[in-house]
Amino acid sequence: MNDPVSFATEFHPSSSPIFFVELAILTLLVITSIAMLRMRRLFGVVMLSGIYSFLSAAFFVALDAVDVAFTEAAVGAGISTVLMLSAMLLTARREKPYAPGHAALAAVVCVIVGGALIYATLDAPPYGDAAAPANSYVGQAYVDRSVVEISMPNIVTTVLASYRSFDTMGEVAVIFTAALAVMLLLGIGSDRGGKEVRDVPRLVGREEEAQDLSGKPNLDDGGKAPSPKGGAS
Amino acid sequence: MMGHLILRVVIKLLFAPILLFGLYVQFHGDYGPGGGFQAGVIFASAFILFALGFGIKETQKRLPPTVLPFFMVFGLLLYALTGVLGLFMGGNFLDYYVLAPDSHHNAGQHIGILLVEFGVGVAVFSAMMTIFYFFAGREPEIHDADW
Repeated sequence: MNDPVSFATEFHPSSSPIFFVELAILTLLVITSIAMLRMRRLFGVVMLSGIYSFLSAAFFVALDAVDVAFTEAAVGAGISTVLMLSAMLLTARREKPYAPGHAALAAVVCVIVGGALIYATLDAPPYGDAAAPANSYVGQAYVDRSVVEISMPNIVTTVLASYRSFDTMGEVAVIFTAALAVMLLLGIGSDRGGKEVRDVPRLVGREEEAQDLSGKPNLDDGGKAPSPKGGAS
Repeated sequence: MMGHLILRVVIKLLFAPILLFGLYVQFHGDYGPGGGFQAGVIFASAFILFALGFGIKETQKRLPPTVLPFFMVFGLLLYALTGVLGLFMGGNFLDYYVLAPDSHHNAGQHIGILLVEFGVGVAVFSAMMTIFYFFAGREPEIHDADW
């Protein structure tokens, strides 16, 4: 806390060379998102979302947030891309053609929300401001005290696992619950994760038609697949 | 089944180093970037990479989906019980100082953070693998036409 004001006046983010790197990354982020909006092939959209995550990770590195960049690269670019790919395999490969509907209303909502967000950023402290509330009170306290109290070089870990340990336990519980929900939704009882499975469309009163649909070879594992007669009543 | 030969060889070469890197991120998180979350995801990504190259059945032979719920519960419980251990040793919930009260260099904090991060890593790894198995297991293979 040795005179944050003088530090703030010395630090000119717009004149440092990293500023241009950040500008380039942000431009690429905008281009990627526009390309994602315009692309109709979902495979390409998934790949672009992976690229978006990698660009975000690069941006976080430029902001000196290495831990966040690490997480973004691993989760956003790695796991999410694979999960989106496997989710895409369960649905169509192409996005449905755009149906004009409430375009005017949507545009109005977008402009209002976007304008409000831009207006809100005008009140935010400038980037890199050492006197900003996020950098001065509790954040500064963590930086000052964690060396003495925990003596670990990585302050992010001390905040995550010690100062805010209770929050992190909640996060682990959230991930646990997410996996549990996926297990319950996608069928834990039949333990069919990994086995060929074919969801028979449940057509009440039209069993014969449903049988025709499920009669594809190699996929019907001999009556184990849920029968249309069994469920809905 | 012998398509993508180069991919498979590369995946086999990369598999062990990715696991090693995951362990490094897990246990070096106190000193460098990383921690349980990242390590769990990296560990899971090694197996997911294997599944992309060799199919989900081969992966499930190596890492059966039935053990994953136990890992998930173990990770979460390791975290919570570390907190309860603090209670039993006379401190608050998730108070690590009481784990090594006589230490002059905060060894209790180090032990606590190590245990807790290990719990996070195990839980995240098994949760990611569970989600992947249940999503990808519904469609046996990625057909070449889909690429």
